[in-house]
Amino acid sequence: MPGLEDLYREIILDHYRTPRNRGELAPPAVRAEGHNPLCGDEIQVYLDVKDGVVSDIKIGGQGCSISQSSASMMSAAVKGKSVDEIRNLVRRFKNMMSIEEEDENAPPLDESKPLGDLEALRGVVKFPVRIKCATLAWNTLLDGLSQSN
Amino acid sequence: MSFDPVVVKKDFPLLEREINGKPVVYLDSANTSQKPRQVIDAMSRFMETSYAPINRSAYHLAAESTDAFEGARGAVRRFINAPRVNEVVFTKNATEALNLVAHSWGGANLRQGDAVVLTHMEHHANIVPWHMLAAERGVELRWVPLTSDGQLDLSDLPKLLDGAKVFSFTAMSNVLGTLTPVKQLVDAAHAAGAVAIVDGCQYVPHNPTDVQAWGADFLAFSSHKLCGPSGIGVLWGRESLLDAMPPFLGGGNMIADVRLDGFSCAELPAKFEAGTPPITEAIGMHAAISYLCALGMDNVRAHEAEIAAYAIGTLKARYGDDITIHGPTDPAVRGATLSFQFKDVHPHDVSQVLDQANVCVRAGHHCAKPLMKLLGSNATARASFYIYNSTADADALADALANAGDLFGL
Repeated sequence: MPGLEDLYREIILDHYRTPRNRGELAPPAVRAEGHNPLCGDEIQVYLDVKDGVVSDIKIGGQGCSISQSSASMMSAAVKGKSVDEIRNLVRRFKNMMSIEEEDENAPPLDESKPLGDLEALRGVVKFPVRIKCATLAWNTLLDGLSQSN
Repeated sequence: MSFDPVVVKKDFPLLEREINGKPVVYLDSANTSQKPRQVIDAMSRFMETSYAPINRSAYHLAAESTDAFEGARGAVRRFINAPRVNEVVFTKNATEALNLVAHSWGGANLRQGDAVVLTHMEHHANIVPWHMLAAERGVELRWVPLTSDGQLDLSDLPKLLDGAKVFSFTAMSNVLGTLTPVKQLVDAAHAAGAVAIVDGCQYVPHNPTDVQAWGADFLAFSSHKLCGPSGIGVLWGRESLLDAMPPFLGGGNMIADVRLDGFSCAELPAKFEAGTPPITEAIGMHAAISYLCALGMDNVRAHEAEIAAYAIGTLKARYGDDITIHGPTDPAVRGATLSFQFKDVHPHDVSQVLDQANVCVRAGHHCAKPLMKLLGSNATARASFYIYNSTADADALADALANAGDLFGL
């Protein structure tokens, strides 16, 4: 049985206690909302997308340490990145969560850059029930990106 | 005479299981209950010796199977003191039973502008079917509010019921453990000319039930929460109401005649039992009811009032203001279902930490999102006790909670 230390890594608890990019963005920023119907977690992702770049991102909502820290790390990882880079990152993250690619014709993954803090969430895979917690923010981000198109 | 939960527990094979060398502390019976050997054996024996179709064939085995199935219906009738056995309709679960009433009775009797009264502590199963009717035909939904300690606030009940056609309410909250004053609510509904529907999913497994003493019109509950198998539930309804209702699902068994130009319905209860029912599950439910009746439902209720008082006392003594237990504190008006918030640890994380000690609790919104909103959170952790839980299980919960505080540095 995997131990709690595999799940609750120090960096995860740090992002949970001190979440990055909390808040809201006023329109015309995009607002996407995600729910985890199993546990009641809610998340809002606000995106400013200009010239194919996410120039700002804010996160709202409530949830467990895994969903909130994942959202916090995600916000830090995507801020200032191009939409293409972000879509690649979402695919890498979902890969790490052992979620199969939906699009068979997707371009090859660019895994040249390190995942950084996000690596800390790798242990979530050992707790399958919590994978949905970790991916909630990322699916909401995807929703926001498609709205901004 | 009361029973010893430690002895009762020995009847439940799963509860002998250890995970990583530690025993399982099962505190999720409000979700679904564990099964005693008597239920497992009854179902196995039936499948090994008597399983055959019911109500269809003339051979000996089929007659035996039909008798056993109808025997289960009789056991349910006695268990809830229903006047007539044909008022007992087998469904998939309590959710389907409530949907049956909303769709069939509601569909035939509710028109635009009619009011349905629900309470703030309902399970989604007693909210969404009415929302569906509201969306379909403009039925108005009214809500009985709660007091600060999680009981129904009945101060405006006559006003809420004024002109209402339906009052549908839970007899026991699946989140707060609150027992509602069923008889009083039924009387209020009838005084206003409304039909009284009781969601007994949490109540029936834990308390003596008497639909005639309540004077209720409908009662819904599930087998899997009362030590029986999943896949079968019950709708009880007054014969006159069920008779007047259109059928719910169409198919085999529910018809008297089918022609190219139409059909006519079978008598009760077959009219509401389309298709092959959960046969073995009915046998299992019968065994579960017999098991509970042998313990005595009065004793079950007494045990749970006792364990609720012990668990609340233990958790409060140990953690004081660090733990908030939702719902009434008086065991006289609550069951042993405890929703709680521990320090600032999210319920999902609480449940994860408790799992390390094999303490099984539910974390989430408990299919009661409107109530969660009222509690000001989107989730709680919930420990729910049953006949096989002793004070040792409450102690194990209290011990394991300490780790949650440590881990999150609170």
